Amino acid sequence: MSMVLDVFVGNTTIMDMDIYQLWLDGLTVREAVKARMDQGALLECEANAEVLMSDTMDQFRTFQLCERLLHSPTKLANQLLFQIPSQHQRMLIEKYYEFDSVFAREVLGKKLSKGTKKDLDDISSKTGITLKSCRRQFDNFKRVFKVVEDLKGPLVENIQHHFLLTDTQARDYAAIVFFANSRFETGKRKLQYLSFQDFAYCASQLIQYWTTGAVGELHLYSMVEDMDVDLEKEFLHELKDLKVLVNDKNMLDQHKVLVCAALRGKIKVYRLMEANFKNLSRALINLASKLTHTKDVRDLFIDLVEKVIEPCRCDRWTLGEVTLFLTQYTNAAHGLGTFSRQVVWDRYMGVIRSCILRMYHE
Amino acid sequence: MPGKLKAKIVAGRHLPVMDRASDLTDAFVEVKFGNTTFKTDVFPKSLNPQWNSEWFKFEVDDEDLQDEPLQITVLDHDTYSANDAIGKVYIDIDPLLCSEAATRICGWFPIYDTIHGIRGEINVLVKVDLFNDLNSFRQSSCGVKFFCTTSIPRCYRAALVHGFVEELVVNEDPEYQWIDRIRTPRASNEARQRLISLMSGELQRKIGLKVLEMGGNAVVGYLQCFDLEGESGLVVRAIGTACTLDKLTPGTAPNTNTHSNTAPASNALSKDYSRARVCVRVREFPFFTLTCFPPGFLVHVGGVVSARSVKLLDRIHNPDEPETRDAWWEEIRQEIKSHAKALGCHAVVGYSESTSICEEVCILSASGTAAMLNPRFMREGCLDAGGSDHRFEDASPPSCGFCHIPYDEFNMPFPAQLTYCYRCRRQKVPDVLFTTIDLPAEAAVTGKGCLIQARLCRTKKKAQGEVNATAISNLLPFMEYELHTQLMNKLKLRSMNALFGLRIQISVGENMLLGLASATGVYLSALPAPGGIQVAGKTPSDLNYDQHIATMQKRINDTITKNKELYNIHPPESTEELVGSPIPDRQRSRLFRSTSESSDELLELDLSHGKKDAFVLEIDDTDAVEDIQSLLTDAPMPAGFYSCNTEVMPGIYNWTSGLQMFTSVRVYRLSNANLTNQGLNKIFTELCENLLKSLYFKLRSMIPCCLCHVNFTVAVPEEELIQMGAVRLNCVCVCGCVFVCLFVSGSGENEDQLQFSMELCADSTPSNNQPTSKPSGTPHQPEMSENSLNFNFPELSLRTTACKPRCSPLPEGRSRSLRSTRSMPCGAPVAVVKMTPLSFLPGTRIVKYLGIINMFFIRETTSLREEGGVSGFLHCFIAEVFAMVRAHVAALGGNAVVSYSMKECVFMENPNKNQAQCLINVSGDAVIFVRESEQEATPPLMSSGQISSTGADGTT
Repeated sequence: MSMVLDVFVGNTTIMDMDIYQLWLDGLTVREAVKARMDQGALLECEANAEVLMSDTMDQFRTFQLCERLLHSPTKLANQLLFQIPSQHQRMLIEKYYEFDSVFAREVLGKKLSKGTKKDLDDISSKTGITLKSCRRQFDNFKRVFKVVEDLKGPLVENIQHHFLLTDTQARDYAAIVFFANSRFETGKRKLQYLSFQDFAYCASQLIQYWTTGAVGELHLYSMVEDMDVDLEKEFLHELKDLKVLVNDKNMLDQHKVLVCAALRGKIKVYRLMEANFKNLSRALINLASKLTHTKDVRDLFIDLVEKVIEPCRCDRWTLGEVTLFLTQYTNAAHGLGTFSRQVVWDRYMGVIRSCILRMYHE
Repeated sequence: MPGKLKAKIVAGRHLPVMDRASDLTDAFVEVKFGNTTFKTDVFPKSLNPQWNSEWFKFEVDDEDLQDEPLQITVLDHDTYSANDAIGKVYIDIDPLLCSEAATRICGWFPIYDTIHGIRGEINVLVKVDLFNDLNSFRQSSCGVKFFCTTSIPRCYRAALVHGFVEELVVNEDPEYQWIDRIRTPRASNEARQRLISLMSGELQRKIGLKVLEMGGNAVVGYLQCFDLEGESGLVVRAIGTACTLDKLTPGTAPNTNTHSNTAPASNALSKDYSRARVCVRVREFPFFTLTCFPPGFLVHVGGVVSARSVKLLDRIHNPDEPETRDAWWEEIRQEIKSHAKALGCHAVVGYSESTSICEEVCILSASGTAAMLNPRFMREGCLDAGGSDHRFEDASPPSCGFCHIPYDEFNMPFPAQLTYCYRCRRQKVPDVLFTTIDLPAEAAVTGKGCLIQARLCRTKKKAQGEVNATAISNLLPFMEYELHTQLMNKLKLRSMNALFGLRIQISVGENMLLGLASATGVYLSALPAPGGIQVAGKTPSDLNYDQHIATMQKRINDTITKNKELYNIHPPESTEELVGSPIPDRQRSRLFRSTSESSDELLELDLSHGKKDAFVLEIDDTDAVEDIQSLLTDAPMPAGFYSCNTEVMPGIYNWTSGLQMFTSVRVYRLSNANLTNQGLNKIFTELCENLLKSLYFKLRSMIPCCLCHVNFTVAVPEEELIQMGAVRLNCVCVCGCVFVCLFVSGSGENEDQLQFSMELCADSTPSNNQPTSKPSGTPHQPEMSENSLNFNFPELSLRTTACKPRCSPLPEGRSRSLRSTRSMPCGAPVAVVKMTPLSFLPGTRIVKYLGIINMFFIRETTSLREEGGVSGFLHCFIAEVFAMVRAHVAALGGNAVVSYSMKECVFMENPNKNQAQCLINVSGDAVIFVRESEQEATPPLMSSGQISSTGADGTT
């Protein structure tokens, strides 16, 4: 005797969120049954393995049937096939779009293409996340990317609107879309110590201050395409003008004097700072002036690490000291009488400062 | 030209991509009624077309209006090749023909295709202008209301109950027509769907005519069935009870909704019904399909009457005509009538008919409960309660009257043990009572009830024609006997003395017969306490053997004690005297039955054990050992669960409004290698037990929970469909259409908490689109703990100001859609539609019946594996059927389906060809309900007053 068919359908779709998690984790039915047994599901309601199996199968089938709808969450609310209480709907969407930051860290900045998808098994074995789950997460990234790619208006809001995600989730997805679009280099060995959250923070800074959307006036920016995805070209161009800070010897010296004056006695690494000032300043300004090239934009983070963070770390600067230095370094430029690019400078340094501070792990 | 049907196609959404190149669709719609077809313009390149068509007007006879469905076909325009059909919607416009039901049909319908399932949705608006036609020779019966509900619908009063109506129509099954060899299965399935839709329309019209002839205006307990006879045709038949119903005006309406199963029915209620005059003008068949009656209607209940007959379908002389089948049923009904007479009863209540077909053999079955109806109800005029000098009425309280024997004590139709009624001590009652009706509301019950099932398999030789029919009819009496014995034993084991809602299903397969009897056991306070069960061996010589018997006896006794505890059965002291008597009660049958085969040979069998003592089980052969084993292996229900197959659970009165209807289907494949009867029995019992266990587990989150109206259906599909390779296989399909209802037995506070959380589920739909209204972003979990009560209140007020209270009827839903279009381009969230096999929704009041829902769907696939195998295929199909039912109800303006049932679920597969096909027939009554707490607040307004009334919901 064998069971050929076993189906259970409720008018209100019954969904067990614990099993949903197992399904999202990419477990097979058999593995899920085992996991549930380990969790002590057999103690409930005098269940046996067969009952558990049948229940798990039913739930997995329901999720599979729902998956199509979850690909466009807005449909979930007005589809007729499943009657799902709305708080369950919300939970389904949230959990479906949840991702492992370890996984996100791996694909961050990579092109969301078929090629990358093929490498997922490597990521799977590296991170210990099942391939199925990796695929889901990857497809989610790609789907969100595809949808918001051609949309006008602010990125986070677009994501939230089309995928009904929570605020935090939408922000994280915005970071992923942003990184995938600009293809920032994140895979280098020297960058391995940075977590997804570090990058997500940097992305939000870049989105907030450096993109087209960041400057436009309210009524204007709803017209601009890709306003949050691409860095503003004009701004990147203007960054070239900052070169004067290192090219003009007087200005460089004056800048150093101002910074030194402000920091004297306030930081332990004062001497090292004084010795290194010109190198650091040159690194920061050169970085700015190169950003018109896509290649250099991609290398933004590796450059920051190699040229700024690593030297400081070598000299054992504390985070507080870096903070103080960058604050003074930024402010001091305002004291330079001949320096006229104050607005661009602030816009540039504001972001660079926050990024460096976030990326500076003592 | 007595009717004008108007239809308007508004828009479509979520359409499938029909043009691969552009990933879009050029959709247009064909609207067809009868022979007239209209088309909309093509809406190019869109998956969400806005047709906004003109009104398509059809001028038709009302006869056609009743028969024909409105057919809407969505197509993809193709310039060069033929247009591709996307899918269809059939709309039954019958609800619009009755002035009291729905006024228009308006809403989103799933577009359905027999191969692809649901493919997007279409928004349609339908109206009917009906001109009055007073022609007495008319063929139509517009205005006659149909109800699936087997009691007087909640917002009506029965002015007159006229009696039994039946009708049967026959047609050639499109699937078996010669043309089928050249057309695609899809075309033939569509033809089948259309035909059945037409046939059920015709059937309803004809029944309606009969009702009008009788002077009635409604059919209650309408039961429609399909017989897929195969080559001899397709039969659609229906039975029902004709009534004259008066609508209760809301102001004067008695609170019929409060489910008053607490013993004495309210006076207001009985007074109301006593005005109802039931004319049982001794009609041909004094049958009633009702299972629930107005108080005082039922005087005495005799017992179950049933009749079965085996027929050969290939012997029908002219298969296209209904005469032969009419004659068959006529015969069976006559039998039932004579059985009822033998029990001293003049009527049959809770009457139903069914068939089981296997190739050319067909078993026709009918069963009901013989009963005496109140003679006062049959006399002229209205009598006030209490004035009668009837010998039963003045003395016996209503809570036990129906238990008293209707037949003559000294001339009993079968040997029975009679005692004086334990309530009134005046009249005689039997020791056990079996019925097919629901437990009368006024009946006094001790403890709680429970679901009792008897299961049985019998093998038979594979045979053809007459031989086969004879073999089956020889087996039938034995099967009934054994099912009866099993039921009786299980009843005793639970210390109960009455069965309600008894339903015995016998299905025939090629080499086996299956019997499944389900009923709800209760302890009626009026009936004597059941004795225990004694085990006895025939040859008490061996010491070991004696010991074995002793342990067996002990186990049985222990189980009885445990069950008494479990079902809370503690009969009053006075019963002790009888329990203590050394002579065990005698088992006798309340089941009066007979079988006949095609040769019309009548066979009657007395089911009593004769001289043997009833509860002595002899275990001298393996059969008896098996019996006892099966008795004891019935797994007890997990704590917190109760189940019954009647409308209400006897002994439980505190219901919450939370409910969940579900359907579960299972198919097993048996290896046929020399299976014995015992082996099969064991397997079958395990299957049923496992299914129940599974249900309990799946619903564990709803504890405390009661499974009501659990309806099991078994079938043994034809063998060839599942034959694979050399191994001969057989297949059992258990299809339970089961329903769950939550109730709480704890404190009142807890109960409110539950209701409240259920409301939240429905309520929070719109806030889904406004994530900002919930800054935390964490989903709100309905919590059961008491302290969460306080925590929830701020949330509640926030919620209710954000959106209107939900359970007012449709207009509210529409306004909600307006609001949410702001935040969401794709339209409004879908309104919640509840479904239940009960005739009521706990905690709510039905304010309007919108019409009957009777739908038939076929789904097929040629890519079974890709759709997740048979389970994936059927899961999806059942979900689609639910969706379509909900959509139709919502379009009628309703928010629930009551008396819902899945009548038919025929599944066929051919795994080798990667194909499967399934037919489903569902029916129910579309209604509008309001929550009890909102009654005073109607009409619902979005005002502060409303908010406080909803808030009170949580506090009271």
